[in-house]
Amino acid sequence: MDLKQPAMAGTLESSDIQVTVVPNPGGGIAIELDSPVKAQFGDAIRDTVRAVLAEFGVEEARVQLLDQGALDCVIRARMQCAVCRAAQISYDWSREDRRP
Amino acid sequence: MMKNAVGRELPERIGSYVVRPYAGPEATPALETPVQSRRIAGRARPEQSKLLPSLTEAIRAVGLKDGMTISFHHSFREGDLVVGQVLEAIRALGIKDLRFAPSAVVNPKGLSLASFVQDGTISRVEASGIRGELGDGLINGAISLTQPAILRTHGARPRAIEAGELSIDVAFIAASASDAWGNCTGQLGANPCGSLGYSFVDARSAEKVVVITDTLVEYPCCPASISQEYVDYVVQVEQIGDPAKIGAGAARLTKNPRDLQIAREVARVMAASRRFREGFSFQTGAGAIAIACTKYLGEEMKARNLRASFALGGITAGIVDLYDAGRVRVVECSQSFDAVAAKAILDRPGVVEIDNAAYANAFNKGNFLNHLDFGVLGALEVDTDFNVNILTGSSGQMMGGLGGGPDVAACAGVSIVALPILRGRTPSVVKRVFTCCTPGETVACVVTQAGIALNPRHRNYQELKEDLERAGIQLTTIEALQQLAESLTGVPKPIETTDEIVAVVEYRDGTVMDVIRKLKE
Repeated sequence: MDLKQPAMAGTLESSDIQVTVVPNPGGGIAIELDSPVKAQFGDAIRDTVRAVLAEFGVEEARVQLLDQGALDCVIRARMQCAVCRAAQISYDWSREDRRP
Repeated sequence: MMKNAVGRELPERIGSYVVRPYAGPEATPALETPVQSRRIAGRARPEQSKLLPSLTEAIRAVGLKDGMTISFHHSFREGDLVVGQVLEAIRALGIKDLRFAPSAVVNPKGLSLASFVQDGTISRVEASGIRGELGDGLINGAISLTQPAILRTHGARPRAIEAGELSIDVAFIAASASDAWGNCTGQLGANPCGSLGYSFVDARSAEKVVVITDTLVEYPCCPASISQEYVDYVVQVEQIGDPAKIGAGAARLTKNPRDLQIAREVARVMAASRRFREGFSFQTGAGAIAIACTKYLGEEMKARNLRASFALGGITAGIVDLYDAGRVRVVECSQSFDAVAAKAILDRPGVVEIDNAAYANAFNKGNFLNHLDFGVLGALEVDTDFNVNILTGSSGQMMGGLGGGPDVAACAGVSIVALPILRGRTPSVVKRVFTCCTPGETVACVVTQAGIALNPRHRNYQELKEDLERAGIQLTTIEALQQLAESLTGVPKPIETTDEIVAVVEYRDGTVMDVIRKLKE
């Protein structure tokens, strides 16, 4: 899936994460992470971000993450929202029904 | 390497420091030698004046030299203005290599303690905690001391002083009012900090004592917490501290529903105990949960029409309210945790200032903690052995201080650790705490928003279990809480350290509970 425009989701509140997704034609996936728990969970956060991009079939994106200690479910939700906004699509809620 | 009773690996020596491994809360006896003091007799003459025009003059007069030990109290917390002024004056005189031994390290705005380590003014540190720039600098390797910092609980500091392990050359005591001969108090004057409980042992034991005040009063200062008989010099400065910053936000009742829920559960546990009866005693402390807990405890007391015999330790406005409502007979203040508590001693006969040694020192002839029914403790982490970390944060940084926590846990009939199971993405119920400060066997109960776990190894386990079950309070296990936290956060990567030890965590009896190592880059 191609991203059409830069988009954001999330806030800088504690336990949230502010995600900015920017089209990155020809640049693959580039992730910038700033987090108070980078040492403990940096890899886990990057894995989640890559997984969400893969679920949407996004192969080219620059992702900026300003994390404030968000849980995995929050990171996932903010990423899904930012990708939908960047791709100018609506979230396909039927995916939730197919979840095991 | 050897292992102590909580399974921590310790070297036998760290430089010249000989490690005595922690063996159990009651395992290490006191020395049977007279207590030590550096105090020397004086011959004060009525015409003599102790009043000196500046800190510089006082530092010269006491003969402060390279390598000596200086002490302070931390009752103003982040509002302290004395530590910085004294250290600046010492730096200007070019005195180096000092052992800095405040009751705890404070971090007022504009004071860089690390800069005094960098330029060699301070080369050793002994305190309850070294939170902030100083501790982070040590743990990251940006600055270094000639010996590891020694961290002691509030009860351990007077023990160490009287055992001769912490021998103070010069005590600098900030007092909000003093007369020119050194009768002084924390209760009068422009900037009262309340109890001077930490400084009593310094006044008794230091070779020289300098009282620093911003309010000079007519002789004799009344009431006086510290007597002229211990004081060498008095210096008046413009301001010693800002009482509004003692609370540093802690004094307000939290609106965080999670913290309120935990506080309510803690009060419920206390009310269910058979020890919750006429004349019971408690210490709740100053964290957000603790302050809310005091409020809910007051409601339970009112509902059962009970009056406590005493409230202990660091005192907040909430406890003063309970006193005013007739719910507490005596408030024993080793510290005043906010501006309200700081003023409460003066006009309330049952709100009294106590020596920090009488509060928590295990090695004397009697202390208030030995009579404590309930102690509520905050924590950064607790593990499945109920060991508690109150010093180091999620990435290994210096976050807190030992305070009286390990002392309270050791003594209280019911010691309750109250904390959320996670903060942000950091689990606070873990498999193994990063730094062990309070041994698990002294923790009776852990209260979180996700459940209450009792410690089967605590001496009052059976009693508390019966009482909570009778009250219909549902219990879980510490393992279940740990697993729940981990399921939400994921498994954190372990913090990597080098072998270099930057701080030693002493238990109240002087044995070593744990060490803090420098972090890897």
